[in-house]
Amino acid sequence: MAPVATPFFFYLLSGLALISGILVITRRNPVHSALALILTLLALAGIYLMLYAPFVAGVQIILYAGGIMVLFLFVIMLVNVGRAEKERQFNKQWLLAIAATVGLGIVFVRVFTSSQTLTELLKRPLAQLPETSNTQQVGFSLYGQYMLAFEIASLLLLVAIVGAVVMAKKRI
Amino acid sequence: MSISTFVIVSVIKIVIALAVLLTSVAYSVWLERKVLGHIQNRWGPSYVGPFGLLQPLADGLKFIFKEDLTPPHVHKALYIAAPMLSVICAVSSIAVIPIGNWVDVAGLHIPLEITDVNIGLLVILGITSMGVYGVALAGWSSNNKYSLLGGLRASAQMVSYEISLGLSLIGVLIVSGSFSLRQIVDAQGGRFWGFVPRWNVFHGQEVAFFIYLMSAYAETNRVPFDLPEAETELVAGYHTEYSAMKFAMFFMAEYANMITVGCLATLLFLGGWHGPIVGPPLARVILPVFWFGLKVFGFMILYIWVRGTLPRFRYDQLMAFGWKFLFPLAVANLVVTALVVAVRA
Amino acid sequence: MPDNYFAPYLPLLMHFLAACLLAAAIVALSAILGYRKPTRAKLSPYECGMTPLGDARERFSVKFYLVAMMFILFDVEAVFLYPWAVILRDLKMFGFWEMLVYIGIVLVGFVYIWKKGVLDWGPSRARGRG
Repeated sequence: MAPVATPFFFYLLSGLALISGILVITRRNPVHSALALILTLLALAGIYLMLYAPFVAGVQIILYAGGIMVLFLFVIMLVNVGRAEKERQFNKQWLLAIAATVGLGIVFVRVFTSSQTLTELLKRPLAQLPETSNTQQVGFSLYGQYMLAFEIASLLLLVAIVGAVVMAKKRI
Repeated sequence: MSISTFVIVSVIKIVIALAVLLTSVAYSVWLERKVLGHIQNRWGPSYVGPFGLLQPLADGLKFIFKEDLTPPHVHKALYIAAPMLSVICAVSSIAVIPIGNWVDVAGLHIPLEITDVNIGLLVILGITSMGVYGVALAGWSSNNKYSLLGGLRASAQMVSYEISLGLSLIGVLIVSGSFSLRQIVDAQGGRFWGFVPRWNVFHGQEVAFFIYLMSAYAETNRVPFDLPEAETELVAGYHTEYSAMKFAMFFMAEYANMITVGCLATLLFLGGWHGPIVGPPLARVILPVFWFGLKVFGFMILYIWVRGTLPRFRYDQLMAFGWKFLFPLAVANLVVTALVVAVRA
Repeated sequence: MPDNYFAPYLPLLMHFLAACLLAAAIVALSAILGYRKPTRAKLSPYECGMTPLGDARERFSVKFYLVAMMFILFDVEAVFLYPWAVILRDLKMFGFWEMLVYIGIVLVGFVYIWKKGVLDWGPSRARGRG
């Protein structure tokens, strides 16, 4: 049986991600922004799932939507939202932001159209992409080929732990 | 099976699962009140129906007709969304929980669960991690000091114990080699020396089982970890400002989460639906479901027994227990399990 | 069961939508059937009968942020262990040593936060230091 309504779900999820992404930067109330960001991350998880990567989708929800956003919300919840809402936006960097966005977009499009591996990957029939062993495959490349990167990740975590403590040190 | 049959079968399974879950939630409350009553030498509910069996129905009706108060000082949208979020997260996780073998009905080969997802365990962990938002948003949106402090405490507690919970599952993953809950249960079939069931809890995962149970109690905010709603101190914690059905929804979410924890403990450590199976083909379908239900029931009784027995932790004790005891223990258990498995492989 | 990668996720989506519907139905039912008779005292924030004092959103202990941050870092560690656990039987002893190094480095951080008193919530002992 062929996949059903995949274009529909793709447009639904990417539309959701785009709209909530715009909400993140336009809402004045930071709690609303944080909630919109959670929605963006969940929509991205759905897109990962559609890309035949269920493990990545699960990790996206556990770590980003359920972990990092909790910290964001913690910080925002305790700031006086009423005052933050009244404050005017003080940085006038619209032009710079738009220029950077357009530049990044051009780079993405260039990579997407010119890259050898990407065009090859797109030619491959989707049904042959393995799914049952997605986690195992992530594991084999992570703990085999990219072993060094994986061990460096632990050093990164160590640095982050120390950094977090040092930042808050005076208050403990 | 064509796509339309598949959808129809799924809808039937979802309706049955939701009905069973909601009934179980209602009767868990009854069971808790009854057992707690007997522990404290009282009768518990006994007026409404025989043995008070219609009490959950009466409670439900009462909740619906109570005054649905939305105070003006709350953030209205989030105030309403928070209990909904709690219920949605609590109810969603049962979608990937298998309760028995496959059955053949009218020529269709159907698994006894809503869906057998390959990353079942990750789905449950993901939904659990989203459950924090219901509590945190309820505390914040209420705009009340007790609520905010209760919500903050509850979220900090839930995230702290989530790590030990996640680490305690790794031993099971090593033994079964899969995230699929069905495969995890299948890996626990058979017996050691002919009579000891090959369940994970008898398979070197005793410590992991203990850690899982402790962290799960803390995750569901139950005694002895029920500080977020410590009534002597914080009135009702994050649901201080809630009334009527919205308050009942937090209650429903708590009991649904307890049931999910019982199901997951059964699947991961107690061999799921494995048990003595004898008799005609029909019994071979029903008995596994019965064993599964019995084990989950045992966990509910344990929850209630603990509530009737233990006092509450102090907040610093709670954090110290999670971080300084459970976390190192989980890491040690993980290293030992990995060593044994790696040496044998 | 249709033999398709997306097939198992369709019932999951349906179940999620059913859960949303259920939650919305409960809220709606309560809002329609419940009676309303608001009074001024009923609508004020609950503070044990006192007149509410100040705003609810006060400043809170920095510990809460620190715990949330530690949670993320150790959660990342745990998530890295999941795919490893699933394939440990194939990695054999190599996988074990690889993970021991990884856990060892992260545990150095754990010992550090323990010594720094990040995990102490008690009133006196930890507050003076740091």
